[in-house]
Amino acid sequence: MTGHDHDHHDHHHHHDHDHSELSETELRVRALESILTEKGYVDPASLDLLIDLYEKKIGPRNGIRVVAKAWSDPAYHARLMKDATAAIAELDYSGRQGEHMVVVENTPEQHNMVVCTLCSCYPHPVLGLPPVWYKSAPYRSRAVSDPRGVLQDFGVALPETTRIRVWDSTAEIRYLVLPMRPKGTDGWSAEQLAELVTRDSMIGTGLPKQLGETA
Amino acid sequence: MDGAHDMGGAKGFGPVVPEPNEPVFHGEWERRAFALTVAMSRPGGWNIDMSRFARENRPPEDYLSKSYFQIWLAGLETLMIERGLVTSEEIEAGKMLSPPKPDVKTLPPQDVVPTIRRGASTERTATSPALFAVGETVRMKEIHPQTHTRLPQYVRGHLGTIELNHGCHVFADLNSLGVGESPQWLYTVRFDGPELWGKDTDPTLSISVDAWESYLERV
Repeated sequence: MTGHDHDHHDHHHHHDHDHSELSETELRVRALESILTEKGYVDPASLDLLIDLYEKKIGPRNGIRVVAKAWSDPAYHARLMKDATAAIAELDYSGRQGEHMVVVENTPEQHNMVVCTLCSCYPHPVLGLPPVWYKSAPYRSRAVSDPRGVLQDFGVALPETTRIRVWDSTAEIRYLVLPMRPKGTDGWSAEQLAELVTRDSMIGTGLPKQLGETA
Repeated sequence: MDGAHDMGGAKGFGPVVPEPNEPVFHGEWERRAFALTVAMSRPGGWNIDMSRFARENRPPEDYLSKSYFQIWLAGLETLMIERGLVTSEEIEAGKMLSPPKPDVKTLPPQDVVPTIRRGASTERTATSPALFAVGETVRMKEIHPQTHTRLPQYVRGHLGTIELNHGCHVFADLNSLGVGESPQWLYTVRFDGPELWGKDTDPTLSISVDAWESYLERV
């Protein structure tokens, strides 16, 4: 493995807090970046920008804004249910892994849950990159066959009469769950409502915070 | 292909274990592996379906023992080696041993945000009418392609109902082979839980997949 010829891309040295115990995978990625940079295929500045984008700009706070607006603005709610991609773009969220959005709304009769059994399809512009559990074998295998059991793993118990609807994202359509607005929030602003929305409630493995649960 | 990635309904993987306050990436190498994969799609010229196949087309024990971003890394290496962008000797040696492939486009910093924000729509103009109507009952074909497919095993052979029509979309199975986009009508097909998992299944459960027209047959 290399370790001596990094002078031309000093930019990533500051990330290395620990030089002692680098795993085989860490060394492999580092060497690969070095090869691809030397060959002129990648610009390390572009890599830094991509990482910054997905760590700081693209994340569940975007979806939270969409949900809070849908809860507080009936006209927006109607546009979101009719053409989710366009309504989400109104809030300036669009692009990679969110090109074709569908919003599915929870009701007292039906609870929606989203999975990708084949890989990790997830609506990036509104939720960011998926958590490890979403990409894991336990979730991908059981979400479609035992969703109530999966909900139990998340500490969620729904009434036996509530229908469970699971959406397996097998093509390029991406699904966002619109959870039920918590009771007792009449007259709340979108900003106040946003405090109640959780990431998992937009995947369908959780519920929004109820009144009394917020700090 | 019927690989280890096709997990719907598999047993024995245990409970889902959420991680409190999970970071976007676990460690620096995940950041770099993710960014390299996204940035290399321009010089590499591959499409998303080719990437998916490069990740899933491996022995089950390899797929199941690698972490998510280790699979991405392995997929990226495969895609680059296949196209002569790097050699396996270079990857093993950890240094450049051969000159770069000529005339390769890179992703410059000023293109990063516009590229991600634009994405890549897979919707295409229809050239023929849809064969199936919303509300119609269909059967999923019992097929076992050797190559990439987005028809999961757990729905094959089963009866479902067309719930949504999403228009014509690039057909993943053929797009992964580099033989063109071959767009087809794409539908959401809903199944009752007991149809897929047996009569003792929770009757309140239904599941849907998104399925291209050639996955479906008329009942």
